[in-house]
Amino acid sequence: MQHSVSIRDLSLNFGSVKVLETLNLDIEQGEFIVLLGPSGCGKSTLLNCIAGLLDVSAGQIFIGGKNVTWMEPKDRGIGMVFQSYALYPQMTVERNLSFGLRVSGMKKDEIERRVARAAEILQIEPLLGRKPANLSGGQRQRVAIGRALVRDVDVFLFDEPLSNLDAKLRSDLRVEIKRLHQRLKNTMIYVTHDQIEALTLADRIAIMKNGVIQQLADPHTIYNKPVNLYVAGFIGSPSMNFIEGTLDGSSFTAEDGTVIPVATYDFADKAKATGKAVLGVRPEHILLGDDAAKMPYSLEVEIEIVEPMGSDTLAWTTIAGRPVTFRAASDVHLEAGQKLVVGFDPARGSFFSSETTNRL
Amino acid sequence: MSQTAIMAGAAPETGTGTAVEPRGPRPKPFFTPRKIIIYSVLILFSFYFLFPLYVMIATSFKTMPEIRFGNIFALPQQINFDAWVRAWTSVCTGLTCEGLSPGFWNSVKITIPSTIVSIFIAAVNGYALVNWRFKGSEIFFAILIFGSFIPYQVFLYPLVMITRELRIFGTLQAVILVHTIFGMPILTLLFRNYFASLPQELFKAARVDGAGFWRIFFEIMLPMSLPIFVVALILQVTGIWNDFLFGVVFAGTQNYPMTVQLNNIVNSAQGSPEYNVNMAATVLTGLVPLIIYFVSGKLFVRGVAAGAVKG
Ligand SMILES: Nc1ncnc2c1ncn2[C@@H]1O[C@H](COP(=O)(O)OP(=O)(O)O)[C@@H](O)[C@H]1O
Ligand SMILES: [Mg+2]
Repeated sequence: MQHSVSIRDLSLNFGSVKVLETLNLDIEQGEFIVLLGPSGCGKSTLLNCIAGLLDVSAGQIFIGGKNVTWMEPKDRGIGMVFQSYALYPQMTVERNLSFGLRVSGMKKDEIERRVARAAEILQIEPLLGRKPANLSGGQRQRVAIGRALVRDVDVFLFDEPLSNLDAKLRSDLRVEIKRLHQRLKNTMIYVTHDQIEALTLADRIAIMKNGVIQQLADPHTIYNKPVNLYVAGFIGSPSMNFIEGTLDGSSFTAEDGTVIPVATYDFADKAKATGKAVLGVRPEHILLGDDAAKMPYSLEVEIEIVEPMGSDTLAWTTIAGRPVTFRAASDVHLEAGQKLVVGFDPARGSFFSSETTNRL
Repeated sequence: MSQTAIMAGAAPETGTGTAVEPRGPRPKPFFTPRKIIIYSVLILFSFYFLFPLYVMIATSFKTMPEIRFGNIFALPQQINFDAWVRAWTSVCTGLTCEGLSPGFWNSVKITIPSTIVSIFIAAVNGYALVNWRFKGSEIFFAILIFGSFIPYQVFLYPLVMITRELRIFGTLQAVILVHTIFGMPILTLLFRNYFASLPQELFKAARVDGAGFWRIFFEIMLPMSLPIFVVALILQVTGIWNDFLFGVVFAGTQNYPMTVQLNNIVNSAQGSPEYNVNMAATVLTGLVPLIIYFVSGKLFVRGVAAGAVKG
């Protein structure tokens, strides 16, 4: 099986600053890959390397089986969409879309055919005669996607395409990008710092930190089986609860002496499951009332703060000396000072070694 | 009935009954100490600048007897264009007595090519420095900027030798070359900063679209750069038109620009000084930068306003 995009031992330095170091990544044909990480971790840099807008310091890049490491951006078979839209302000939408095709010297009727098709797919036909200044943010980003679309390329690169839009438009356009991917079935590499975008769009997510890919997996695995503390804390909102303590064979002793049974947990290597560790539990995995009593670990707690979110309610309490949040359905009445029983199954949580921060 | 209507319209009672309840826009009295100071300073300064101009124009319309016996600040008794005609066509400017008109055309011949060439090269420089970082581009830029801090006089003699070697000393090409060289640091800085302020992603998008160095420059960058071109234009036209030193050194007698000829008129040792002609000649020489300033000043504002609507 030939990969759509392959990155081999890629390094990139800006002077003495190492942004990417021996990075490897294989992307399948038609896959939707999301590069997710905090701002400044090198996502755009990686995307620019793939696009050919930056010269790599070391390593190779293959697109469609061809080594494109030294190729010009236009010859790589990529289309790119930028956060700031980057539409040519003095050209109409129609000329924005056709600019690349005109540069390549394509025949007029072929250009018209492609522009018409892209405009139809993105529903921007009524805008073709307008200048970018007279478009809304969402319309501009559609045109920017159209500019990549007309090039008829195999690989789409998106650099935070929705970050400049307001929340409502963002979720609308997110669905449209997903629809576009289902229709075109191109390979898409999508950079974002927004975990919701990543979880909703991706076939696989690559979580980056300081230029290193921490975990590359499908959204379900990333969410439920994060490989280290960093990924666990980065993904999920509200974020995972962490309790520090010590593991020994069958139980986990928190720092304040609370003992939590771990018999149900599926350790990668049971022999190594000893010593200082961190238990991570997602807020929605902590159950209330009758459900809680059936869990391997349950206790009575006092609610400190209640945050109604509309669809559900977030409550703050203390377990094993640590502040912990849990979710409840919005129809469950909760209030500060209330006492109730909560519980969870450590099997649905994650244990991380305190020493290496890796999953146990 | 009417009684109740009046009652309803009455202001709500306040403590003293005299104070106005604050509501709506705050009243802005015209004569505040702040405003008085600002306006007096502004008026003072405009007098300071406009008075010499007034004296010059008034004097240029007077006859010599009127100047000799009248008050320098008085208005001319009647508008008399003789001095203007004489300044343009027949006053002696050194060896010849053809007025300022040959100097005007010399200045045009110097200013137009120097402005176009220097702005074009600087624009390409600025664009390349921002978008096509090459090895040593930072150093190149640093040297260029450093060059702008070295006083002109240091370069004068070396440039005389260079133009002599190039066999263009004493020709229009020599002045044009010198003006282009000396315009480079400041103009390059201007364009570099402007292009650096444009979104980098625009350039990247054009690269992905397959456009090359010149295509991006002409089709993407130039159409977005009207405001900065107008600024450069004002800078260059006024600078080159007002130049005296390079004109006198490099142009050669037959190519003297207007400023040099004006100097020859005003400092002429022969006869009694014709103040009205001198004044007319001075206003004529200053007219081009003045017009450029007024015309492109408007364009400039429009350009800035248009550029503000980013795509
Ligand atoms: N042209 C550049 N010169 C020097 N450092 C840069 C340059 N571009 C980016 N960087 C640095 O590289 C790092 C990664 O940047 P970037 O890829 O833009 O991050 P992200 O897109 O993940 O927010 C940042 O620390 C940034 O400061
Ligand atoms: Mg970025």
